[in-house]
Amino acid sequence: MFKETALSGQTTFFQKLRSLDYILLACILILGVISSLAMYATDGGELLYHTKSHVLRFIIFFVMMFVLSFLNIRFWHATGYLFYIIVLGLLIWASLYGITASGSQRWVDLYFINLQPSELMKIAIIVCFAKFYHRAQINQINNFKNLLVPMMILILPILLVVSQPDLGTSILIALSGIIVLWLAGINLKYFIYSGLFLLISMPFVIAFLKPYQKLRILTFFNPDKDPLGAGYQIIQSKIAIGSGGLTGKGFLKGTQGYLEFLPEKHTDFIFTLFSEEHGFIGSLALLFIYGVIIYRVIDIGKNARSFFGKLFCFGFASSIFVFITVNMSMVLGLLPIVGSPLPIMSYGGSSMLATMIGFSIVMSTKIYQKQLIA
Amino acid sequence: MFGGGGDSGYKKLSTVNRRMFIMTAAKLVIFGGIITRLFSLQINENKKYLTLSDKNRLREWRLPPVRGDFEDFFGNKIASNLKVYQLHVVPEQVEDFRYLMIRLRDILDIDSKTFKKILKKRSQQKSWETLIISENLSWDQFAKINFYLHELSGAKPVLSVARNYPYDEKFTHLLGYVAQASERDLTENEVIKKSHVPGLRVGKIGLEKTYENQLIGSNGIQRYEVNAYGKRINQIDFVEGKKGTNIKLTVDTEIQAQCNELLKDKAGSICVMDIYTGELIAMHSSPSFDPNLFLYGISHDNWNEILNNPKKPLINRSIQGLYPPGSTIKPIVALSALENDVISTKFKVNCTGKTEMYGQTYHCWKDTGHGIVNLRDALKVSCDTFFYEMSRRLGVDRLNLTAKKFGLGEKVFNGTYIEEKEGLIPSTQWKKNALGRGWVLGETLITGIGQGYMQTTPLQLCLMTAQLANGGFKIKPKIIYDKKSDSYEKIKAEMEKNRIDLLSDFQQDDALVDFSSEKKKRDTDLYKPLYRNQENVKFVLEAMFASTNEVRGTSYSSRISDKKYQFAGKTGTSQVKKITEIQRELDLDISQIPYEERDHALFVAFGPYVNPRYALSVFVEHGGAGSSAAAPLAKKLFKTIIDRHEEREKIREKSLMEI
Repeated sequence: MFKETALSGQTTFFQKLRSLDYILLACILILGVISSLAMYATDGGELLYHTKSHVLRFIIFFVMMFVLSFLNIRFWHATGYLFYIIVLGLLIWASLYGITASGSQRWVDLYFINLQPSELMKIAIIVCFAKFYHRAQINQINNFKNLLVPMMILILPILLVVSQPDLGTSILIALSGIIVLWLAGINLKYFIYSGLFLLISMPFVIAFLKPYQKLRILTFFNPDKDPLGAGYQIIQSKIAIGSGGLTGKGFLKGTQGYLEFLPEKHTDFIFTLFSEEHGFIGSLALLFIYGVIIYRVIDIGKNARSFFGKLFCFGFASSIFVFITVNMSMVLGLLPIVGSPLPIMSYGGSSMLATMIGFSIVMSTKIYQKQLIA
Repeated sequence: MFGGGGDSGYKKLSTVNRRMFIMTAAKLVIFGGIITRLFSLQINENKKYLTLSDKNRLREWRLPPVRGDFEDFFGNKIASNLKVYQLHVVPEQVEDFRYLMIRLRDILDIDSKTFKKILKKRSQQKSWETLIISENLSWDQFAKINFYLHELSGAKPVLSVARNYPYDEKFTHLLGYVAQASERDLTENEVIKKSHVPGLRVGKIGLEKTYENQLIGSNGIQRYEVNAYGKRINQIDFVEGKKGTNIKLTVDTEIQAQCNELLKDKAGSICVMDIYTGELIAMHSSPSFDPNLFLYGISHDNWNEILNNPKKPLINRSIQGLYPPGSTIKPIVALSALENDVISTKFKVNCTGKTEMYGQTYHCWKDTGHGIVNLRDALKVSCDTFFYEMSRRLGVDRLNLTAKKFGLGEKVFNGTYIEEKEGLIPSTQWKKNALGRGWVLGETLITGIGQGYMQTTPLQLCLMTAQLANGGFKIKPKIIYDKKSDSYEKIKAEMEKNRIDLLSDFQQDDALVDFSSEKKKRDTDLYKPLYRNQENVKFVLEAMFASTNEVRGTSYSSRISDKKYQFAGKTGTSQVKKITEIQRELDLDISQIPYEERDHALFVAFGPYVNPRYALSVFVEHGGAGSSAAAPLAKKLFKTIIDRHEEREKIREKSLMEI
């Protein structure tokens, strides 16, 4: 009976509930708790604005993800382009009427939330590409037409985000898109060609960079040159992480954090604070949780019968991996400082919303893994 | 069924699976890289970053060290510390410096001159250096500041300690004084540099400077955790500083105070010494000034008053003042002549008031002359004519040796006072070296009455008298009390052991104090005889007794007949200027001579005459005759000195019991 209904895709709610990926759900919940505690630590051990707001968002978005998980995978496939177009529209809106904060016009005011469409674009681009390649024939993928359209899909939002200006997010959008393109089967040589092209055009790009962006790149190569200026963030971050040691300074005892030596400790540098307080062991545990999440998402993708679901899961897993890697490399002084949040951990509604939408599509893939899409 | 179906679909799937596999492998490698980096930062370099993190969050505030006290022999504090309230501002930490300053000016009621001075000081120092707005807030001001403190962000009321000299001007020259450490103090003294805090006072002169390193103490340290903006969050650690060593002196405050009283409105010096232990009982130089004035930066008016005073208060006359000793040298001249067998005690000279030698006329102080005098009489009445003849026979070089033996012409405290002067006892060799000319025989005559090139400090004369009075033994003068130093009884016994009645000529070189080598710097000669024949010393002391206690003696009018206080002394009146024939004719009264040209009055003495214990020297600059200006002061002082003796011995016994 069960087998029959499963094949036909007609399952009861109870069956859907049972086929949820509980390991993944548990990991997300654990991350939510860890991030809330970390946020509590950044507030100096008091229940202040950041903590309250982060917990509230996590609860709302987690429930939203749970509910959205029961949407049929076909829905996501059907609305794939629409989703992309809406986010692109929001990006255009942001660049026209957006809210400017710290020199960058990134946010749109949606009355109930100040949304950062560039964060949503990180997911939308994956959905859009997954839909595009779901249809495409393998032998037509490397056609001129089939190369040009994805290029346009990718470049358009990147240009919009760069002009905000927000170099970090645009790089991450680009990386998300490129990974999906590569996974979909685009010939490796095109990546090499464009890579070479980028390298050649680098000097011209640098000429267009804002002074603070140039400074950040220079600082990355030599942070000690200006320890109180641009190099301050990297140095202080390394001090915090390094001083954490094996077991860390203890919860709420991270001196670098509560004495305000850490910059942007709620957002991009949340891992620094976590690592200072919980040390190498804590950091490994956090990495392990992320690892499990990524593994689960890939596994769900493997078992998905629809190419859309499979490609989305693979793409999403890889994107999350990239976000984590970029963020951690940045605070560890391995990459220049570019704005990039740590998924779920960092303070920020748009990033959390985007990540949760991603997870709900993954869950939907799991629930409807036998579902085929025409 | 798969978007495209069949073969193509399968190929598409296998591509995506293969690429995902590669991707996963890459992910593992990159995660490995991140873990390696974490490991290297958190495990390998943990110590380095832990130190950096502590350096970030911990700031040390050094508190001013508490200076050691000075106390006198009886335990009275003569230099100590007071708690004072100060107001500090670090301009760098102030948002609106000008506003703060104007507010402070109104609250503290700072006058415009001082205000300008503060602003000037601000412009001369770096913005992170502490600016001291007020060194010594009154309680009223302190309370007011604390009341308004919430609107005076950046102003820091600080509880500090300041030097205090409760006896005002009485010990100024003896102790020296402290003032704000200068750039030079910091570069010259490592210890000061190490414990320096803004506003630190260090010794500028005297004992305060010499014993700086013992007195200074160590800083207290407050360790605070600060946030990224330098704001103190909480105190982590407090290490109390160690107060500097208290230094006990041998001086007696009461006698010192009397010296100050006796020399009031005069320029001069009084030194009192224990003739066995070498302990300095008093040492005062007049005029003095209040060292407390220097604590908070002396005002311009006060400074000018000190600087322009014609009597020069800044000079410590006891050790820095060089004056011809005049007739106070005569006991030494007499001793030298006897020791060298130049004359016998029976040798006589007829004094007619003047004598012709080497084509020049040399005058005795008494125009009418003393008639026929022997050595005892010559000392008693201070007959110059006798001493001219005796010195002529003695020669300056033999006199030089004896004088130096007894402590003239060299520093009494070697190194205790950086400002101490050596003085000068001339010799033929000295003149050749220093002036490039040969010794003129006439110069020997005036050297014999303590004039000419000879220059001594009042303290040297005191030491000379002490070493004569104890029977002619070498002692070690000291001003810092030391429990472990030899007691009077031990020294007396030691001297008794070293006593020689008469040395035969060939023994002389071995037994006598050897001044030709560096040996004199050491204490090996301590308590050894400075004479050859003890009878000679006894003779001179007896003659000094006559000078004070027999009719016609120069200090007869200052005598004390009570045996308990009876003392013996020698007056001196030293000329500042050569007396011309016209002046001699005029014989002016002292008040008719301009101050700068008046004679110096001197007096050296020891007492009580039977079993003497103390020696003193009195010097009154441009005071006139020693008999009338200096000796009467000694009379008053001796009563106190002897009266204080018992008290002093009691304290000494008590402190010995404590060991």
